[in-house]
Amino acid sequence: MPALTRHIHPGWLIIAPLLVLVMALYLGPILNILWLSVTDPEPGFGNYAKLGESDALIRIVWTTVRICIITTLFSVTLGYSIAYAMVHCHQRQKNYMLTLLLVSFWISILVRTFSWLMLLGRKGLVNVTLEDIGLIAEPIAFMRNELGVLIGMIHYMIPYAVLPLLVSMQSLDMRVMDASRNLGASGSQTFWRIYLPLTTPGIVASTLLVFILSLGFYVTPAVLGGGKVLMVAEYISVQLLVTLKWGTAAMLAAIMLMGVLAMLWVMSRFMKLSTVFGGAAR
Amino acid sequence: MAEPNQTGSLQVRNVSKLFGTFKAVNDISLDIRKGEFLTLLGPSGSGKTTLLMMIAGFLDISEGDIALDEASIANVPAEKRNFGMVFQGYALFPHMTVRDNIGYALSVRKRPAAEITARVDEMLELVQLQEFADRKPAQLSGGQQQRVALARALCFAPPVLLLDEPLGALDKKLRVEVQEQLKDIHRRVGTTFIYVTHDQEEALSMSDRIVIMRDGAIEQVGTPKELYERPINQFTAGFLGKSNFIQHNGKTFALRPEKIDLRASASHPDARLSGTVRSVTYFGSMQRVIVDASDGTEIEVDIDVWRNSETLREGDAVDLLWTDDAAVELQMG
Ligand SMILES: Nc1ncnc2c1ncn2[C@@H]1O[C@H](COP(=O)(O)OP(=O)(O)O)[C@@H](O)[C@H]1O
Ligand SMILES: [Mg+2]
Repeated sequence: MPALTRHIHPGWLIIAPLLVLVMALYLGPILNILWLSVTDPEPGFGNYAKLGESDALIRIVWTTVRICIITTLFSVTLGYSIAYAMVHCHQRQKNYMLTLLLVSFWISILVRTFSWLMLLGRKGLVNVTLEDIGLIAEPIAFMRNELGVLIGMIHYMIPYAVLPLLVSMQSLDMRVMDASRNLGASGSQTFWRIYLPLTTPGIVASTLLVFILSLGFYVTPAVLGGGKVLMVAEYISVQLLVTLKWGTAAMLAAIMLMGVLAMLWVMSRFMKLSTVFGGAAR
Repeated sequence: MAEPNQTGSLQVRNVSKLFGTFKAVNDISLDIRKGEFLTLLGPSGSGKTTLLMMIAGFLDISEGDIALDEASIANVPAEKRNFGMVFQGYALFPHMTVRDNIGYALSVRKRPAAEITARVDEMLELVQLQEFADRKPAQLSGGQQQRVALARALCFAPPVLLLDEPLGALDKKLRVEVQEQLKDIHRRVGTTFIYVTHDQEEALSMSDRIVIMRDGAIEQVGTPKELYERPINQFTAGFLGKSNFIQHNGKTFALRPEKIDLRASASHPDARLSGTVRSVTYFGSMQRVIVDASDGTEIEVDIDVWRNSETLREGDAVDLLWTDDAAVELQMG
């Protein structure tokens, strides 16, 4: 036992049972999917080859990536402003804002998606009102297209974007900002030169979180895209449930998984991932 | 080394600071001369930082006015005051190198790169950190970080430098060393230094003048020697150095331990007090003797070991002698 703990931090022994459980429950199915993607319907890389041959598949992957990038961009930017306001307002307002943020986590994604239809659909509140006051003759097509998907997804993702930014901003030493002002920097100089660089780990964490979660989005594109905006997750479900091409589905899932891992790897080359996820800088 | 400043005198006029109903700074008036090393000395919570923050412009003044060379700066925002400041804990920019930290003030003023480089080199030399220019603050020791903070604050040749317990985080030995350096830098740059500390030794050894603060108000202002030799009340006498308090004819006198002579009992007709030795503690350069005086008080005496070779023991009967000018009459309070 002492010989063992000399090489292994005793902390590992405490979490070992959990670690084994997680490995069994996570790694098992994942390996199964990787296995399926190279064995179904026949052994080999036929499923992956389809990615180069099928225009439809390429279009789906490209749509997914594009939507995810735009969603991430907007969610993180808006999330940054919200987190900033939350950290730097008075305690009472901060509590209200935190409550609202938590509430939005509790409301089902279905409810949130359908309420956009009620609000922005052809017969939705906004279009009806604009028509009534005569501003427009035809309803504006907010929904059943990519714009609708983006609105729904950004709205859903903002709270997720806020959380890592909130953590990052709360741990800032505000005396550093005072020092910057004292040295003659204006508010915007202090923001661009000090505040933003010091919150970059939060931005990276927020970007990764939102992008990765967006990749797997299913309900929102299906409802708000009106069948016109097909993303990978929905396509996988169609392959699984309708056309029963499990090999193709497994291949797409594997591609997404590898994409996410590749992103984490690239990020890790630029900064220690532990700082991104709230660990100490050193 | 820095271009001599024409400005740098500071006038604090009846300044108060209220937090809610609590007066953290209470009606302080102070004339700070150009180029002087002025120390705000007081126990924790006496309002030193609050006063400094009002001078720096980070806190609004509740009542009164602060002026630089007779021109009010009460409504000038912190970033326009051009005061250097060394923060408690330094507040260095962790993502920037030492060089970028020091050059920051010039860089936000959009000075040409060549000028910034030259000036930063000059500052690096001033604080002896030339070989650390490309390190990040986290890679420096506490003493080095302190010097970076100093160089950063002095880089734009401010008329006034504010320092809030800059040596608080350093260990004792290093502190004495940095005190010397700080004093030397003050002599060389000629900037007005306003220095906050709760360490009386630091205040005594570095300052041109000391302001003793208690509960947000000034107790006494003067040179270290004035304050040490002529404290006006018990608080000042007890806070700056050690002091015995002697009651005589209804008045209170302060008497420094090193100004008392100890003699074997009954040998001196002009003894002021007599008593017995309770304890003797050896400090190398001197011995601290605690005497239970016959009038029931306890008197501390510091004896020069070198000149008083006769050994004192606990229980010895002794006479206490001092000259008239050794005892300073105090005001009440
Ligand atoms: N922002 C604040 N709000 C309320 N009270 C404060 C605030 N800042 C300081 N104080 C109080 O003012 C008093 C003086 O504080 P400070 O100036 O920091 O003292 P010092 O620097 O001498 O230790 C203390 O009693 C402190 O609790
Ligand atoms: Mg303080």
